[in-house]
Amino acid sequence: MVALVAIVAVLLIVISAVQTLKIAELWAINKGKVIYEVTKKQNKTQALLMLVFLVAYFAFFAWQVWKWGDLMLPVSASEHGVVTDRLLNITYAFIIPVFVITHIFLFWFAYKYAYNPNRKAVFFSHSNKLELIWTIIPSIALTVLILFGLSSWNEIMTPVDSEKEHVLIEIQAQQFSWNARYAGTDEKLGRAGVEFIEGVNAMGIDIKDENSKDDKIVRGEIHLPVGVPVQFVFRSIDVIHSAYMPHFRAQMNCVPGVKTQFNFVPSITTEDMKKITNNEDFNYILLCNKICGAAHYNMQMDIIVESKEDYEKWLAEQKQFAEN
Amino acid sequence: MSATHHHHEEQDFLFKYIFSQDHKMISKQFLITGFLMGFIGMVMSTLFRLQLGFPGESFWAIDFFLGSWAENGVMAPDKYLALVTMHGTIMVFFLLTAGLSGTFSNLLIPLQIGARDMASGFLNMLSYWFFFVSTIIMLISLGVEGGSASAGWTIYPPLSALPQAIPGSGLGMTLWLVAMAIFIASSLLGSLNYIVTILNLRTKGMTMTRLPLTIWAFLVTAILGVLSFPVLLSAALLLIFDRSFGTSFYLSDIYIGGQVLEHSGGSPILFEHLFWFLGHPEVYIVLLPALGITSEIVSTMSRKPIFGYRAMVTSILAIAFLSVIVWGHHMFVTGMNPFLGAVFTFTTLLIAIPSAVKVFNYITTLWKGNIIFSPAMLFSIGLVSTFISGGVTGLILGDSALDINIHDTYFVVGHFHIVMGLSAIFGMFAGVYHWFPKMFGRMMNNTIGFFHFWITIVCAYGVFFPMHFLGLAGVPRRYYTNSEFPLFDNMLDINELVTWFAIVAAFAQLLFVFNFFYSALRGPRSSQNPWRANSLEWTAPVEHIHGNWPGEIPEVHRWAYDYSKVDENGEYVSGEDFISQVVPLGPNEKDGGH
Repeated sequence: MVALVAIVAVLLIVISAVQTLKIAELWAINKGKVIYEVTKKQNKTQALLMLVFLVAYFAFFAWQVWKWGDLMLPVSASEHGVVTDRLLNITYAFIIPVFVITHIFLFWFAYKYAYNPNRKAVFFSHSNKLELIWTIIPSIALTVLILFGLSSWNEIMTPVDSEKEHVLIEIQAQQFSWNARYAGTDEKLGRAGVEFIEGVNAMGIDIKDENSKDDKIVRGEIHLPVGVPVQFVFRSIDVIHSAYMPHFRAQMNCVPGVKTQFNFVPSITTEDMKKITNNEDFNYILLCNKICGAAHYNMQMDIIVESKEDYEKWLAEQKQFAEN
Repeated sequence: MSATHHHHEEQDFLFKYIFSQDHKMISKQFLITGFLMGFIGMVMSTLFRLQLGFPGESFWAIDFFLGSWAENGVMAPDKYLALVTMHGTIMVFFLLTAGLSGTFSNLLIPLQIGARDMASGFLNMLSYWFFFVSTIIMLISLGVEGGSASAGWTIYPPLSALPQAIPGSGLGMTLWLVAMAIFIASSLLGSLNYIVTILNLRTKGMTMTRLPLTIWAFLVTAILGVLSFPVLLSAALLLIFDRSFGTSFYLSDIYIGGQVLEHSGGSPILFEHLFWFLGHPEVYIVLLPALGITSEIVSTMSRKPIFGYRAMVTSILAIAFLSVIVWGHHMFVTGMNPFLGAVFTFTTLLIAIPSAVKVFNYITTLWKGNIIFSPAMLFSIGLVSTFISGGVTGLILGDSALDINIHDTYFVVGHFHIVMGLSAIFGMFAGVYHWFPKMFGRMMNNTIGFFHFWITIVCAYGVFFPMHFLGLAGVPRRYYTNSEFPLFDNMLDINELVTWFAIVAAFAQLLFVFNFFYSALRGPRSSQNPWRANSLEWTAPVEHIHGNWPGEIPEVHRWAYDYSKVDENGEYVSGEDFISQVVPLGPNEKDGGH
């Protein structure tokens, strides 16, 4: 019944719209107008709307920055993240003026040069000088951006010097959870593969490998020492996942059959970040950022950054693989 | 005798409207099919916006449209992914590739270059019918057991290869791959036809440098399609082999559903490379026709020559060339060699240069013009705005060091919907409003067009601009809900706002649908050259006749942009503010804007 009424209502609306339109058109024809031509009045209104839109668009932009600006990620909690954030600000400094200026020209010209029968459009078809200017200026700006970008990229992607003090952690992704393994005192991860997965050995670690014995498997949360480089190695045992740690400006895909890696130096402890964000419940998180199945939206692990002493205390409490 | 007569009429109908080989009819077929698919894609997006704006709430609309995919009016998490996947597939391929290119390449190439029809009418017909079959298969896949493909429109294996990983990777995925294989065949048939037609069938005097920019855009688009779509076909075929015949091109070291799979030695990264080798040029396959259409409309409606014709052609070529060597920027965080990442950053950021040239040239075309704001012109100006707004954020995403932290977040969703989605659909709307008289011999209603444009652009920015902020806050895309993370709790009002804009935008499109059908059936009849434009299609009669021109095909004597051309005394050369391409040059006149 409701459906029937709805259908009838829609039909009536369409029919009345058709009739209204038809009447409006006949009216216009009666007055001797070519009805599909944009009238002088319409053209003026549209020109004015161009200007209104320009202002509204910028106002909307500003409103969003004002309203949501402090929902953005807090300061970077990793050392390289500071470089990334600086690069982002440099890029903003370039693109926001471009965005604003080109929009002003676009909509201002549209408003200013609305049709006027007493005026002729200027036959201006090309100018090598202008083309050269707006090829060269973007080229220079982009050269700067590219150079900044590439030097930051190289800095970020340089692996940890294995001679120096560092922490080696393997992250294994599966539908829909994360497992982590610390390398232990020998600083080497034992062999692992899907063929070894059995019962409690969910990470598929080769028991026979000497390097495995002191490895430590943790679940639910990982701890990182502040100020010490952390070398992550990523694996997946089923589909592609992505280990995303937004506060550290870190992300790397976890790919079945391929080992990937990423490293960073945590620079702010969880406790300090609670103060910075003014949020008692703040927690660093690792979340999945590559579509991986039905529960993709809920695949997370907490990260706790603490002083080196606290970290070592925590690590000592974790069981070695051989003890299980 | 009457029986024979009747039979004859039936055949006429069949070959005129269904198995037509006439490019004008095929163009309309592409348009209607593309818009139908686009409408379905839009409804899907509105439904999953409801889930994102009001997670877990029950809606009558969700229940009505999704049925078994949504119990009690709340969609299931894997069906959310199915909707996202199909929305992307439909919008990118069916609406903005086939719908856009298929419609306007078919309509305009023969008419604007002065040809009787496409080089091969038969292949052209096949191109549409392959597309149609592909459409049907894709729609059928929505109803099969396990649901449609659900691995994202990029269908990365192993998720897309293993039904154990997600139900949609069963029969739904098989049908997706079959539909896409047929779609690619359609696209190739069309593209080859466009290229051959443009190169061989230009009328006398129509040199390459006199071609309207629309034709340049269609030509380069077709070349890009021919170069990159076969790579997607090979990627799809290998995936079919992995799924159905036990090969391991993309699969290795997988433990799922309690057992280790036999597959070994493959790499999903290989698929990503093959996919994005098409996937990135695809962005420009979608975008270039829209830019071509805009060039034509901005010039005509400003009553001014397009500024920098040669620079425009050069930048189309430069964009196309660069677009095939930037695919790696979709893969910065796949663990590929950092040196490769650096190379892809370099090539990616370079695209900004020809893009900037295009924007500056559009703006300069408006400068000191005499602008008529037809709905087509409004959408063209809207396109320039979205091309800028979405383009500048590309400089952030294309920079590998910055991409690390916003890769696969809502920042990306905002970026590509504005720069590619909105720009392309605005171009398509502009094209429909502008060439509607050429298609149907009638005019669309301007007033409804004005409302359609303003509501659409306001809502479109209302939907996609806030997404940048979500992305910068670290919210990943393709999440069924953000409510599992306390971190994202205060994002809910952004999502609600976005959903409201999306709903209004969706309803605003009904204005267009109404205008379209009303005008096609009852709209005022058009004159031969309603926009007082120069290009060749407006010298053809309003009535559609086979072969386009009665008698000889007109000869071309000048480029397509002699608007408001004046002589030494400042008077219009032709007495009007436009000179058709078929008018011979005067004794002191130079061609090509000199």
